[in-house]
Amino acid sequence: MARLVFLGRLEDVAGGVERVVAGGALADVLAALEPDLAAALGADRIRLAVNGVLVADRASVVLGDGDELAFLPPVSGG
Amino acid sequence: MAADVRLLGTAFDPGAELADFTARHAAAGGVVSFLGQVRAGGGVEALELRHYEPLTLPGMAALAEDAQRRWVLEGLLIIHRSGEMLPGEPIVLVAAAARHRRDAFAAAEFAMDHLKSESWFWKREKVAGAWSWIEPRSVDFDDVRRWRE
Repeated sequence: MARLVFLGRLEDVAGGVERVVAGGALADVLAALEPDLAAALGADRIRLAVNGVLVADRASVVLGDGDELAFLPPVSGG
Repeated sequence: MAADVRLLGTAFDPGAELADFTARHAAAGGVVSFLGQVRAGGGVEALELRHYEPLTLPGMAALAEDAQRRWVLEGLLIIHRSGEMLPGEPIVLVAAAARHRRDAFAAAEFAMDHLKSESWFWKREKVAGAWSWIEPRSVDFDDVRRWRE
Protein backbone atom coordinates (compact mmCIF):
# COMPACT_ATOMS: atom_id res chain seq x y z
CA MET A 1 0.00 0.00 0.00
CA ALA A 2 1.05 3.61 -0.60
CA ARG A 3 0.01 6.83 1.03
CA LEU A 4 -1.36 9.97 -0.66
CA VAL A 5 -0.98 13.30 1.15
CA PHE A 6 -3.15 16.28 0.23
CA LEU A 7 -1.90 19.80 0.97
CA GLY A 8 -3.82 23.06 1.05
CA ARG A 9 -7.29 23.11 -0.45
CA LEU A 10 -6.80 19.60 -1.87
CA GLU A 11 -7.51 18.42 1.67
CA ASP A 12 -11.07 19.75 1.31
CA VAL A 13 -11.55 18.05 -2.06
CA ALA A 14 -10.25 14.75 -0.68
CA GLY A 15 -12.14 15.03 2.60
CA GLY A 16 -8.98 14.43 4.65
CA VAL A 17 -5.25 15.06 4.79
CA GLU A 18 -4.20 11.62 3.60
CA ARG A 19 -5.43 8.36 2.17
CA VAL A 20 -3.96 4.87 1.85
CA VAL A 21 -4.26 3.37 -1.63
CA ALA A 22 -2.98 0.44 -3.65
CA GLY A 23 0.34 1.24 -5.37
CA GLY A 24 1.00 1.35 -9.08
CA ALA A 25 1.43 3.89 -11.86
CA LEU A 26 0.14 7.39 -11.12
CA ALA A 27 -2.53 7.21 -13.84
CA ASP A 28 -3.93 4.01 -12.31
CA VAL A 29 -3.84 5.43 -8.79
CA LEU A 30 -5.75 8.53 -9.92
CA ALA A 31 -8.24 6.49 -11.94
CA ALA A 32 -9.26 4.62 -8.78
CA LEU A 33 -10.22 7.88 -6.99
CA GLU A 34 -13.42 9.90 -7.22
CA PRO A 35 -13.50 11.77 -10.56
CA ASP A 36 -13.54 15.26 -9.03
CA LEU A 37 -10.60 14.45 -6.78
CA ALA A 38 -8.66 12.84 -9.63
CA ALA A 39 -9.25 15.96 -11.75
CA ALA A 40 -8.07 18.28 -8.96
CA LEU A 41 -4.93 16.19 -8.37
CA GLY A 42 -4.17 15.94 -12.07
CA ALA A 43 -4.16 19.71 -12.69
CA ASP A 44 -0.94 21.13 -14.17
CA ARG A 45 -0.34 23.55 -11.31
CA ILE A 46 -0.24 20.76 -8.72
CA ARG A 47 3.36 19.72 -7.97
CA LEU A 48 4.16 16.21 -6.80
CA ALA A 49 6.70 14.84 -4.34
CA VAL A 50 7.47 11.17 -3.80
CA ASN A 51 9.03 10.40 -0.43
CA GLY A 52 9.94 14.06 -0.02
CA VAL A 53 11.56 14.51 -3.44
CA LEU A 54 9.91 16.75 -6.04
CA VAL A 55 8.83 14.98 -9.21
CA ALA A 56 9.97 16.39 -12.55
CA ASP A 57 7.97 14.02 -14.76
CA ARG A 58 4.54 12.83 -13.63
CA ALA A 59 4.52 10.00 -16.15
CA SER A 60 7.48 8.43 -14.35
CA VAL A 61 5.68 8.07 -11.01
CA VAL A 62 5.06 4.50 -9.90
CA LEU A 63 4.13 3.97 -6.27
CA GLY A 64 5.54 1.00 -4.43
CA ASP A 65 4.80 -0.39 -1.00
CA GLY A 66 5.30 2.25 1.70
CA ASP A 67 5.79 5.14 -0.72
CA GLU A 68 4.35 8.56 0.13
CA LEU A 69 3.06 10.77 -2.68
CA ALA A 70 2.28 14.38 -1.78
CA PHE A 71 0.11 16.66 -3.93
CA LEU A 72 1.28 20.26 -3.56
CA PRO A 73 -0.92 23.11 -4.81
CA PRO A 74 0.56 26.59 -5.37
CA VAL A 75 1.93 27.86 -2.07
CA SER A 76 0.47 30.82 -0.20
CA GLY A 77 2.72 31.29 2.77
CA GLY A 78 4.48 33.93 4.81
CA MET B 1 28.59 30.77 9.61
CA ALA B 2 25.53 28.53 9.83
CA ALA B 3 22.20 30.27 9.59
CA ASP B 4 19.63 29.83 12.36
CA VAL B 5 16.54 28.44 10.60
CA ARG B 6 13.53 27.21 12.54
CA LEU B 7 10.00 26.03 11.85
CA LEU B 8 7.89 26.36 14.98
CA GLY B 9 4.53 24.88 15.88
CA THR B 10 3.93 27.22 18.80
CA ALA B 11 4.13 30.99 19.48
CA PHE B 12 7.51 32.71 19.78
CA ASP B 13 8.74 36.03 21.18
CA PRO B 14 10.23 38.05 18.30
CA GLY B 15 11.73 40.69 20.62
CA ALA B 16 13.64 38.11 22.64
CA GLU B 17 14.75 36.26 19.49
CA LEU B 18 16.03 39.45 17.90
CA ALA B 19 17.87 40.51 21.05
CA ASP B 20 19.53 37.09 21.24
CA PHE B 21 20.46 37.15 17.54
CA THR B 22 21.93 40.63 17.79
CA ALA B 23 23.99 39.66 20.85
CA ARG B 24 25.38 36.63 18.99
CA HIS B 25 26.61 38.83 16.12
CA ALA B 26 28.43 41.66 17.79
CA ALA B 27 30.81 42.00 14.80
CA ALA B 28 27.95 43.08 12.57
CA GLY B 29 27.63 46.80 12.01
CA GLY B 30 23.96 46.48 11.23
CA VAL B 31 21.01 44.16 11.72
CA VAL B 32 17.93 44.37 9.49
CA SER B 33 14.85 42.49 10.61
CA PHE B 34 11.35 41.90 9.32
CA LEU B 35 8.44 40.70 11.43
CA GLY B 36 5.27 39.42 9.80
CA GLN B 37 2.21 39.12 12.00
CA VAL B 38 -1.42 38.09 11.57
CA ARG B 39 -3.27 41.16 10.33
CA ALA B 40 -6.13 42.26 12.57
CA GLY B 41 -9.38 43.35 10.98
CA GLY B 42 -11.36 42.17 7.97
CA GLY B 43 -13.29 39.81 10.22
CA VAL B 44 -10.41 37.34 10.34
CA GLU B 45 -10.64 35.34 13.55
CA ALA B 46 -7.65 33.07 12.99
CA LEU B 47 -5.01 32.13 10.46
CA GLU B 48 -3.57 28.67 9.94
CA LEU B 49 -0.38 27.77 8.13
CA ARG B 50 0.17 24.20 7.06
CA HIS B 51 3.51 22.78 5.99
CA TYR B 52 4.80 19.51 4.58
CA GLU B 53 7.48 18.11 6.84
CA PRO B 54 9.80 16.57 4.20
CA LEU B 55 9.98 19.79 2.16
CA THR B 56 9.29 22.89 4.21
CA LEU B 57 12.22 23.14 6.62
CA PRO B 58 14.79 21.79 4.11
CA GLY B 59 13.53 24.43 1.65
CA MET B 60 13.96 27.19 4.23
CA ALA B 61 17.51 25.99 4.95
CA ALA B 62 18.34 26.02 1.23
CA LEU B 63 16.98 29.57 0.97
CA ALA B 64 19.22 30.66 3.85
CA GLU B 65 22.26 29.12 2.13
CA ASP B 66 21.38 30.93 -1.07
CA ALA B 67 21.17 34.27 0.76
CA GLN B 68 24.53 33.62 2.40
CA ARG B 69 26.13 32.95 -0.97
CA ARG B 70 24.78 36.19 -2.42
CA TRP B 71 25.70 38.59 0.36
CA VAL B 72 28.40 38.90 2.96
CA LEU B 73 26.57 38.19 6.21
CA GLU B 74 27.66 37.78 9.79
CA GLY B 75 24.45 35.97 10.64
CA LEU B 76 21.02 35.07 9.28
CA LEU B 77 17.90 34.18 11.26
CA ILE B 78 14.69 32.75 9.79
CA ILE B 79 11.88 31.72 12.14
CA HIS B 80 8.55 30.69 10.62
CA ARG B 81 5.40 29.54 12.35
CA SER B 82 3.15 26.70 11.37
CA GLY B 83 -0.24 25.94 12.89
CA GLU B 84 -3.06 28.17 14.06
CA MET B 85 -2.47 31.83 14.98
CA LEU B 86 -4.61 34.69 16.22
CA PRO B 87 -4.59 38.31 14.98
CA GLY B 88 -1.47 40.10 16.23
CA GLU B 89 0.53 36.90 16.63
CA PRO B 90 3.93 36.72 14.91
CA ILE B 91 4.13 34.52 11.80
CA VAL B 92 7.65 35.05 10.55
CA LEU B 93 10.84 36.76 11.73
CA VAL B 94 13.79 37.29 9.41
CA ALA B 95 16.96 39.03 10.53
CA ALA B 96 20.21 39.56 8.65
CA ALA B 97 23.37 40.78 10.34
CA ALA B 98 26.16 42.23 8.21
CA ARG B 99 29.18 44.49 8.46
CA HIS B 100 27.52 46.83 5.98
CA ARG B 101 23.86 47.73 5.98
CA ARG B 102 23.16 47.20 2.27
CA ASP B 103 23.96 43.50 2.53
CA ALA B 104 21.66 43.20 5.54
CA PHE B 105 18.75 45.03 3.88
CA ALA B 106 19.05 43.04 0.67
CA ALA B 107 19.41 39.63 2.33
CA ALA B 108 16.40 40.19 4.59
CA GLU B 109 14.22 41.28 1.67
CA PHE B 110 15.43 38.42 -0.51
CA ALA B 111 14.59 35.91 2.23
CA MET B 112 11.11 37.37 2.77
CA ASP B 113 10.25 37.49 -0.93
CA HIS B 114 11.17 33.84 -1.30
CA LEU B 115 9.41 32.76 1.88
CA LYS B 116 6.21 34.38 0.63
CA SER B 117 6.17 32.91 -2.84
CA GLU B 118 8.30 29.77 -2.88
CA SER B 119 8.36 28.19 0.54
CA TRP B 120 6.15 25.18 1.18
CA PHE B 121 3.32 26.72 3.19
CA TRP B 122 -0.40 26.75 2.64
CA LYS B 123 -2.56 29.30 4.37
CA ARG B 124 -6.20 29.40 5.34
CA GLU B 125 -8.17 31.87 7.39
CA LYS B 126 -11.24 31.69 9.55
CA VAL B 127 -13.95 34.28 8.96
CA ALA B 128 -17.32 34.05 10.75
CA GLY B 129 -16.40 30.58 11.98
CA ALA B 130 -15.66 29.17 8.51
CA TRP B 131 -12.20 28.26 7.19
CA SER B 132 -11.19 29.02 3.61
CA TRP B 133 -7.90 28.52 1.79
CA ILE B 134 -5.98 31.55 0.56
CA GLU B 135 -4.89 31.53 -3.08
CA PRO B 136 -1.41 32.81 -3.97
CA ARG B 137 -1.18 36.50 -4.85
CA SER B 138 0.38 37.54 -8.15
CA VAL B 139 2.24 40.41 -6.47
CA ASP B 140 4.23 37.85 -4.47
CA PHE B 141 5.43 36.25 -7.71
CA ASP B 142 6.37 39.68 -9.08
CA ASP B 143 8.33 40.35 -5.89
CA VAL B 144 10.38 37.19 -6.20
CA ARG B 145 10.90 37.42 -9.96
CA ARG B 146 12.92 40.63 -9.73
CA TRP B 147 15.74 38.74 -7.94
CA ARG B 148 16.28 36.70 -11.10
CA GLU B 149 16.67 39.67 -13.41
